[in-house]
Amino acid sequence: MAQHDDASTPGSSIERHTESSPGTAVVTADAAQNPGFPPHEPRVTDVDPKADKKAERQVTTLFFLSLVGSIFAVAAYIAFPIVPGDLGSVRLNTALVGTGIALALLGIGFGTVHWAKALMRDTELVEQRHPTRGTEETRAKAVEVFTLGNQESGIGRRALIRNSLIGAAAVAPLPAVALFRDLAPAEDPNALLKHTLWEEGVRLTRDPDGSPIRAADVTIGSVFHVIPEGIREEEEYLEEKAKAAVLLVRLNPGDLNELPERASWSYDGIVAYSKICTHVGCPVALYEQRTHHLLCPCHQSEFDIANHAAVIFGPAARPLPQLPIAVDDEGYLIAQSDFTEPVGPSFWERERA
Amino acid sequence: MTTAPTSTPSTLPPTRTARLTGAAANYIDERTSISGIVKELGRKIFPDHWSFMLGEVALYSFVVILLSGTWLTFFFQPSMAEVHYEGSYVPLKGLEMSIAYASALDISFDIRGGLLMRQMHHWAALLFIAAIGLHMLRVFFTGAFRKPREINWFVGFVLFILAMAEGFTGYSLPDDLLSGNGLRIIDGMVKAIPIIGVWISYLLFGGEFPGTDVVARFYSLHILLLPAVLVAALGVHMLLLIINKHTQFAGPGKTNDNVVGVPIMPVFAAKAGGFFFIVFGVLTVIAAFFTINPIWNYGPYDPSPVSAGTQPDWYIGFADGALRLVPPHLETVIFGYVFSWNILLPLGVLPLFLGAVAFYPWLEAWITGDKREHHIADRPRNAPVRTAIGAAGVTFYAVLWAAASSDLIATHFGLGIEMVIHTLQALLFIGPVVAFMLTRRICLGLQRKDREIALHGFESGRIVRLPGGEYIEVHEQVDEYERWKLLAYDDYQPLMLRPNARGQITVGERIRSRLSGWFYEDRISPVNQRELEESSHH
Ligand code: FES
Repeated sequence: MAQHDDASTPGSSIERHTESSPGTAVVTADAAQNPGFPPHEPRVTDVDPKADKKAERQVTTLFFLSLVGSIFAVAAYIAFPIVPGDLGSVRLNTALVGTGIALALLGIGFGTVHWAKALMRDTELVEQRHPTRGTEETRAKAVEVFTLGNQESGIGRRALIRNSLIGAAAVAPLPAVALFRDLAPAEDPNALLKHTLWEEGVRLTRDPDGSPIRAADVTIGSVFHVIPEGIREEEEYLEEKAKAAVLLVRLNPGDLNELPERASWSYDGIVAYSKICTHVGCPVALYEQRTHHLLCPCHQSEFDIANHAAVIFGPAARPLPQLPIAVDDEGYLIAQSDFTEPVGPSFWERERA
Repeated sequence: MTTAPTSTPSTLPPTRTARLTGAAANYIDERTSISGIVKELGRKIFPDHWSFMLGEVALYSFVVILLSGTWLTFFFQPSMAEVHYEGSYVPLKGLEMSIAYASALDISFDIRGGLLMRQMHHWAALLFIAAIGLHMLRVFFTGAFRKPREINWFVGFVLFILAMAEGFTGYSLPDDLLSGNGLRIIDGMVKAIPIIGVWISYLLFGGEFPGTDVVARFYSLHILLLPAVLVAALGVHMLLLIINKHTQFAGPGKTNDNVVGVPIMPVFAAKAGGFFFIVFGVLTVIAAFFTINPIWNYGPYDPSPVSAGTQPDWYIGFADGALRLVPPHLETVIFGYVFSWNILLPLGVLPLFLGAVAFYPWLEAWITGDKREHHIADRPRNAPVRTAIGAAGVTFYAVLWAAASSDLIATHFGLGIEMVIHTLQALLFIGPVVAFMLTRRICLGLQRKDREIALHGFESGRIVRLPGGEYIEVHEQVDEYERWKLLAYDDYQPLMLRPNARGQITVGERIRSRLSGWFYEDRISPVNQRELEESSHH
């Protein structure tokens, strides 16, 4: 509406445009004229007293329904208690109490809106806008307030006071930052991230029951979800499990393409890999037997178990760490050592000793 | 200040009730000067349009969240200490789990109305974020963020972020398998941040993941800190709305200098109040009949199992999708320090995208050099480049969002996951460009059509045979009130490159005039009065 671009309006910057920066609104000299307000159309309820009465009845009915709904909700709350162990009773209670409350709310809601639309005066009113900025007079007064404040306090003049205050205020939050240090224990988290419960001789056991796994029980193609023996007794059970979870599979030794330095890490085609995704740490739990691919359900990283768990697809950057395993004299699978690198997602000091 | 605000100009002797209300109002006013506020605000005008209700839906669902959330706090116990579940949900009986999870189960299965309230809280939260999103789109596409409302746009953006933070912290509280996995993903992402990442994660979880603190800490954030900031920001948002007054669409009699609509008292209050109850009621119906987040199916958190096809709540989807679209092997080690680009890339791109949203009003104002106040909402077609930018942004977001369901897309349509991901990767770059060009085209086409209709009317579909035997289709004129809606928009010209006060042309100015040219060069000018008069002579 170009006709409002008159330069005299305070808040409009047309006058500034013409001086410093070139303006952009084209003040169309011959802009189309606003036809003004259309005539008001009366509603049925305005002209027909019967319609008016009918709308009144409808509104009242809706409010009455609301009242019924409220009472119904309380009645249902009492009459349909939850029977322990019976899911049906939970569902019934939820549905009936919910229906009652919904009726109560919707009755009020629709009733009020209908009242407003059908019966309240519907002519539109006009209010003038004023420029958002204050009048020149008000602004001058505001400037005066600041000037007086400055003069009377001397904050502009007394640079030493002002700057020392700024310095003090800037440092004041420091103790608050320090106070957050004890959100976590004193140890260095980096050291914790580099170790798991696995160590030489620890048996590989089934997750979750903790029974040891005999190498002979691991048939070709089968998958075992593994935790270290004794993890259940750990104080920090979940924390340890979040690092130590392992996936065990047995491949046809001919299919296995092992790195020379890891040749002794497997046992007769049985390999163990960390189950914690090197992307952001989800458990990599979906094993596809045919392709030997391990899929992470979180962001679809794919690892090739036959090929030392190299990443073949998805956002992960590194292969899954391998756990060196062996067999003890009773035939049970054991770890040769801890993982030789940190498990799970990357972190800043991961590669540092 | 002694006049009661309810006094009416009637001449009848006041009834008993009127006298009572008068006395009560007088009592309050003599202690609060409230009559001043009532006089100022009571008859303030609110323009009406269906799209203005989106913000209202957000506000009302927030009220529902507060009410249902407060109720839930009376029963929920944010502790990660282990217990054996003894509640009435049989499949989990005797299992070891955190108190938080057990109490969330109790709310669902042992407390009357508990499941209703939990589901209402969750559904209302989803509606809250969805309504904020749609409200933002409405404000964006109609240019309602322009001066003097830029600050309020920013406050609204902050509310959007806070809402997502509330959603995420709330999602983590029940300590079920899914929420634990969500936390683990956050933990992994945080750890990738150079230098401080490991420490942030360590402090957040009170030790190694998962620790025993995070639920209680998130609980503090979820029910205390975040809501307090949210309510404060909401207050500012409403206050600025009152100060700036609402925008309105162009229409007969409406100008940039007036507000046309219904007064707060009584019509707007009745409609808005009624609408609150409707939103509340609809949420109750949904909560009563539609299961959301069935935590009992997931089991307690355990770092080992996870099921395929698990999805985060939809509003986190775009971030999850961004993680999925990164190609493999993006990590470098420099001097033994790890840079996990596969995480840092999305972590960097998302804030850029959100930052562009947050600061768009200033960006556009700089490009256009437009410093006037705008109170008439644009029809999206009348700002083709802005609309096209918006469409590009929406496409970008949508691709990220779709990527969060890449596995479901793959299984559902029987496609390989590789193919789905590669397609989405390509779409992430091509999609926004195509959307931009297409949208701008469509806008210009619609503008031309508007012009056509304004000048020559629309095709009525009625074919008449002229006396000469020739057939024509009758064009019908639109009435002048309808027509005004097609004409009423500003015309703009690109910024001209001009030397500044010191006679120099700065690089910044050059870029700016380029951008401004791009913003405005293809434009359809509004029909002017002369054209209108000429057309009416035919
Ligand atoms: S956590 Fe495995 S792909 Fe992201």
